[in-house]
Amino acid sequence: MNRITDHPILGPLEEAEMVDIIVDGQVMQARKGEMIAAALMANGKNTFRKTVKREEPRGIYCGIGRCTDCVMTVNGIPNVRTCVTEVEEGMVIQTQIGSGEWQ
Amino acid sequence: MKRLKRDIVVIGSGPAGLCAAIEAARSGAAVLLVDENAKIGGQLFKQIHKFFGSADHRAGVRGIDIGEQLLRQAEELAVEVWLNCEACGIFDEKTVWMVRDKEHSVAVEAQRIIIATGAVENSINFPGWTLPGVMGAGAAQTMINIHRVLPGHRVLMVGSGNVGVIVSYQLLQAGATVAAIVEAAPNLGGYGVHTAKVRRAGVPFYTSHTVKEARGNGHVERAVLVKLDSQWNQVPGSEFEVEVDTICIATGLTPAVELAFGSGCRPFNSPPLGGLVPVHDRMMKSSIDSIYIAGDVSGVEEASTAMEEGRIAGLSAAHSLGTITDQMFAERLEQLQHNVDALRSGMFGQKRREAKDAIVRSYGVER
Ligand SMILES: Cc1cc2nc3c(=O)[nH]c(=O)nc-3n(C[C@H](O)[C@H](O)[C@H](O)COP(=O)(O)OP(=O)(O)OC[C@H]3O[C@@H](n4cnc5c(N)ncnc54)[C@H](O)[C@@H]3O)c2cc1C
Ligand code: FES
Repeated sequence: MNRITDHPILGPLEEAEMVDIIVDGQVMQARKGEMIAAALMANGKNTFRKTVKREEPRGIYCGIGRCTDCVMTVNGIPNVRTCVTEVEEGMVIQTQIGSGEWQ
Repeated sequence: MKRLKRDIVVIGSGPAGLCAAIEAARSGAAVLLVDENAKIGGQLFKQIHKFFGSADHRAGVRGIDIGEQLLRQAEELAVEVWLNCEACGIFDEKTVWMVRDKEHSVAVEAQRIIIATGAVENSINFPGWTLPGVMGAGAAQTMINIHRVLPGHRVLMVGSGNVGVIVSYQLLQAGATVAAIVEAAPNLGGYGVHTAKVRRAGVPFYTSHTVKEARGNGHVERAVLVKLDSQWNQVPGSEFEVEVDTICIATGLTPAVELAFGSGCRPFNSPPLGGLVPVHDRMMKSSIDSIYIAGDVSGVEEASTAMEEGRIAGLSAAHSLGTITDQMFAERLEQLQHNVDALRSGMFGQKRREAKDAIVRSYGVER
């Protein structure tokens, strides 16, 4: 796990309600209300999409919704910026290839 | 499309926009503060370090605590806040077109608009820079301090300015190892206090070095560093590898000026403050009478200056609507300008002050 449970300034990580998200068919646990990108990285997933021609992997770059490097297909909608989109119970998240497809 | 009216609309709720909204509300204006994020505060809540400056600037208080205080003030003053609300354009110098919750289009007619949209991190490119694991230093800071998730365990920091050293220290606090900090210039760029803390923690600094390449299979596994000569050319044969899973880029910020320029604000090129910025006067008024600007969008500095500029913009905008007397305005403005000048003193501040003065001079000349 990559969660920072203890922090010298911010203190212990508060308990949170957990939700299940489905990432490329696999169930992962996320903290309710956190951003999709944070949930994925907490679970060790750093590749969010692949480029259209050479299928090169991409992850987050700016983390604040500005660069669109982190986009994935979420609940069938492609190009969702995962660093500024909150997780929801049962959310279906897929690694996106190229510009993705509406499902 | 719904059409609403407000005295003042503030776009962006970072330290600049938040302070602008508070000051304008305190001066008697009806203020609407909007931000595209789900949470208020912009970059403020990730700044868990103590700020510099005099007691007036809450020096020694952490950004995150200042943020909490500002939130309470905004609440007490009943500032109207719309989150998840992106400002997409400004028409006729008065009407802000926004999209709320990614669904509804809303137009708000404002007598005054304050643009406080902040800045975007710069990137540099090198082979492998698109690999997952290469990210902005601010992205890593957001991950650790807001989301409490480590983006990696061994980090290379590229750039030794304030953001580079502050985020390095915060990565250490979060439990990561900072393998090295590289700086292309021959000298380190950050405030001494922050730099010293990282150095004491044993992090090696490499000046006159840069990252030549990121390597790894599907993710960063190593970085190749290379020495630079006095002309900033790579010295062949000086390459060496460091084992890292994350490379953070801290090579400066560029003002987020799209909205300002899209609405017709006149640009001015200020390389020391991050590039093109909207020209403005000492009252933070842009070249358009109804539009004010504040914070990083008016030239990249830091949260403390952003707050003071925000207050000046909020005060001036409210005064221009006649909500406070000329005397109240003059007294408060003098105090705020004194504060901002104090923040722009000293070795680092002086350069920023000169750059700001150049912008203000250009406002007077070409208007
Ligand atoms: C990721 C990051 C980390 C930083 N960390 C540090 C640090 O540790 N120390 C330091 O001294 N400086 C840091 N800085 C510099 C920082 O920019 C200033 O300290 C300060 O936060 C600037 O305040 P601001 O209010 O101008 O902008 P910001 O705090 O960036 O706030 C701008 C706000 O405007 C919103 N916005 C932008 N466009 C729109 C739109 N069209 N519609 C609606 N809302 C919009 C954004 O969502 C954001 O909330 C950092 C900058 C960044 C980008
Ligand atoms: S990482 Fe840049 S938009 Fe998400």
